[in-house]
This record gives sequence, structure tokens and C-alpha cells, in this order.
Amino acid sequence: MTDTLVAPAGPARTTSRSSGLLRLTPTSGVGLEVALVWFSVLVLLPLAAVVGAAAAGGWGAFWGTLTDAQTFAALRLTVVEAAAVTVVNAVIGTVVAWVLVRDQFVGKRVLDVVIDIPFALPTIVAGLVLLSLYGPESPVGIDIVNTRQGIFLALLFVTLPFVVRTVQPVLIELDADVEEAAASLGASRATTFRRIILPSLVPAITAGSSLGFARAISEFGSLVLISGNTPYRTEVASLKILKFIEGDNQAGAAAVAVLLLLVAIVTIVGLDLFSRRVARRG
Amino acid sequence: MAETSLRARRGPVTYLLRTFVLAYLAVLVVWPLWEVASRTFAPLEQGAEAGLGAFLERLQDPSVTYAFGLTATCAFWAVVINTVFGVGISLLLTRYRFPGRRVLSVLVDIPMSVSPVVVGLALVLAYSSGQGWFGGVLESAGIFIIGSTPGMIMATAFVSLPLVIREVVPVLEEIGTDAELAASSLGANGWQTFRRITLPSIKWAVVYGVVLSLARSLGEFGAVKIVSPGAELRGETATILIQNRYTNFEEPTAYAAAFVLVLASVLALVVVSLIRKEDRS
Repeated sequence: MTDTLVAPAGPARTTSRSSGLLRLTPTSGVGLEVALVWFSVLVLLPLAAVVGAAAAGGWGAFWGTLTDAQTFAALRLTVVEAAAVTVVNAVIGTVVAWVLVRDQFVGKRVLDVVIDIPFALPTIVAGLVLLSLYGPESPVGIDIVNTRQGIFLALLFVTLPFVVRTVQPVLIELDADVEEAAASLGASRATTFRRIILPSLVPAITAGSSLGFARAISEFGSLVLISGNTPYRTEVASLKILKFIEGDNQAGAAAVAVLLLLVAIVTIVGLDLFSRRVARRG
Repeated sequence: MAETSLRARRGPVTYLLRTFVLAYLAVLVVWPLWEVASRTFAPLEQGAEAGLGAFLERLQDPSVTYAFGLTATCAFWAVVINTVFGVGISLLLTRYRFPGRRVLSVLVDIPMSVSPVVVGLALVLAYSSGQGWFGGVLESAGIFIIGSTPGMIMATAFVSLPLVIREVVPVLEEIGTDAELAASSLGANGWQTFRRITLPSIKWAVVYGVVLSLARSLGEFGAVKIVSPGAELRGETATILIQNRYTNFEEPTAYAAAFVLVLASVLALVVVSLIRKEDRS
């Protein structure tokens, strides 16, 4: 069972081939116009307004905001935490996928559902869930509130499914013959894994990791209750934006927001190009 | 079969990995979830009543019913909008040729990856009557988007926009256009072709997308928080209520509301896996 609540395997995008497509008829033309107007009103114009607000003060103001010591500390913490979480997820996510596909034991299907829970939970609830066990009244005596470890744990929680769900289908589809051949030629299981299995998983691990990284960079809800929002220590980019908004500093908020937006766009476009290249080769 | 025996061979590594994965998921997901459930029905706070009755009573507080009502309203409209828009744009992307088609197919994916805070900020900068690009125009027309329900519906619709599209596009591509072309060559008009040929084959993908959008919309927090006044009985959705109550040391209510949302998410997971099974058979 590889059902996922939010398919992190990435966007199922249209193929680039455009043969067999119809020309726009008058009706579908109107439909396209309506769709584009709504999409612009909802998504494109507001995002353009963010870029506009960030650019309004000129390059100097933009750069000044980002290099301000406190903002810079928040950005650095966000990137470091997200990178660390991504590395951990790349390893553990692959292991989890491996166990889900190759191992057989009672209750495995329950495990498959558990993987999806972090995606399914509202982010604020995810924060509360972690605080109930690792919060101020922790029954195990661990309090993560206002610590960097707390942020790390929250990011680990919300990004859990990404690598698992991208690697899992690839592992299922993997051809047994090659492994069989390697084993019959005397390769140990470790060598077979390193030389045969791992290389074919790398594209999936890369895709899952980059989606997880983008998510970790932009995470907000699950951190609201956990991060104490202390400048220089536990303040991350998204919470810094909120602080700017609450302090009525729209330009500052927009400057940081543009950075986050850039990460999101680079990830999506990068994955699009990457998956097209892999698809062409395969 | 030889391959099964090779793959099913179990060594110490198999058990080691299994134990590790079980322990990891237990510590990260299962145990905290269990703790939330036990706190919901047996609060640690002094004087807070335990049990199902107390839980239901907390949910009947007027501010809590208001919050869930508002969440339901926002989610309903966001899902309706995203379904109509999603099916429409999926058809355009897979059936028609127009300049910018590929760019559009990449663009519609962006809302999922943008930080919720950025979504909220974007809507404020575009539509708030104070600072927004179009705020002045809208204000003179008597329309207020930010700080009211339409803004919250827009924020919810923004973050769950691609979910229907992601489900419908692959199915439309897989079924191809043969049946549709046959129908239209036999004299069916566009609407008939859509209703009799296309819709039945994308039915489950649409239902699946709707469930995903609904789950996502019910739980949206960051984007809605920024465009909403977020005060009790005034723009406070279920997720904002959880934050407000938790930070005001009214934890039993926060846990009760959170538990309802946990149940809703798990329900969505179950429905989704049932749909997938139905779809396959």
C-alpha cells in the first residue's frame, strides 16, 4: 500500500509533448481567460505585491533588512536547521521506506498510515502534539520549548513523509533480476545495496529531500508554539516575517518573504527540470 | 520463487532496521499522539474535569462552536472554488494547446510550496484597505477582503489550490482523447462529451482531490491567521483558537479542539485509502 495523503512524489505535471492537443475553441478560450483571471487575482498579483513591496525601498533597503544582525541570525538558523533535518530525513526516510517495502511483519499496514499522519495533521496541531510529550509538562521530563532542538524535532516531524513517499514506489518497482544477478556473482548484501540498489534510489531521494528542505525552510504553524521566538536563538524566518508584520514593517516582512518565495520557486522549477531529465533517460 | 527467497532472507540487519524504524516512529509520532488523546480526556490542569462529558462540554462553548463553524465555512468555499477551477484548468492543460501552457502547469504548483506566512502577507499587500495595491479601489467600492471572511476563504483556497489539479491531470493524460474524439465525431457537443465521457473517468480523481483539499483547508493556520482579525468570536478559526487558548493557559480547550482536528485528519486518511481501493477495483 502506497497511498499517500499528499503525494510528495511531486507534481504530476503535463508532459511536454503537445501533439494531439486541440486548438482553443471560443468556449475553451473563455474558460482559459476566466481561469487565468482567477489565478492572477488569487496567486500571481498578491505574490507580485510581495516582490513589489520588497523592491519599493530599493536594493539598499532590501539588502539592509536581510543583513541586519537579527534577521540574518534568523535566516541562518532556518537554513542550518532545514539542512540538518534534510540530511537526517534522507537517511532515515530511506531506511523507513526500505522496511516498509522489504520487511514483512504484523502491523506493517498501520505503520504505513502512521507515516502519513504528519502530513494530515494541521500544523498547529502538530506543534501541540509534540508539546504534549516534549513540552513544559512532559511526562518524560524533556522540555523542548524555546530550544533549537525543539525546532529540529518539529521540522523532523512535519517533513517525515517526503523521502519515504518518494523512495517507496521506486523500491517496489525495482527489478529483482539485477539484485539476483549481483548476489549470484558473489556480491554481499551490503555491496548489492551500495552498488545496485542505492544508485537507482538516488533520484527519488534527491526529489524527496528537496521537497522536504523547501517545506522545512518555510515551516510556520508547527513552530509557533514550540519556538520561543527569541532573537538570535530560536527565531526562524517565517516567525521573523510574522514579527515584521505585527510591527507594521511590511517592507521588512516582504524582504524575507521574497527569499522564502525564491526557495520555493527554485525547488519547484528545479524538480520539474530534474524529473524531465530523469524521465528522458529512463 | 528464487527472488522472493532472496529478498525474504532475514539476517540480524533486518531485525535491527525494523526495531529502529518502529522505535523512531513511536517516539516521533505515535507516543505524542497518544499523549494528546490522554490529555484531551484527562487534563493535567488543576480542577479540570476529565472524561468524555467534559470533552464534549468544552466543545459546546460558544467561541468553540463559532470557531469550528467559521473553519467549516472557509473550507467549504475554498473546496468548491478549487474543484471548479481545478477541473477546468486540468482540462485546459491536458486537452488544449496555447502559448504558456507549460509555464502555467509549473505555476499552478507554486501555492503548495510557498510558506503560509508569505501567502498571508501577499494577500495583505494586495488587498488590505490600508497598504494593499488594490485596497483603495476595493475600499471605495465598499469591499473589505482582509480582516473578513472573503480574505480567509482566499487564503484557504490559495494553499490548497493544486490538490485537485494534481489528482486530475495524470488521469486525464492516461485516458487520452480517443473516446472524447469519438464522442464529438458522433455529434456530441462539448458539454455532453464532458458529462458522459470525461467526467465518469475522472470521477474518483476528483473525489480524491476534494478530500485532500478539504483536509488541508480544515487545518490551514498560518495564511488564515495573517488575514484574519483572529479574536474570539471575530475571525477566530479552529486552528487559531488552539493557539490562542494554549497561549492563554486554557489547555483543556486547546486539546479538545486539537483532538477534533486529529480525528478529522485520520478520517481523511482512511477515506483516501478506501477511495484508492475503490478506484483500483
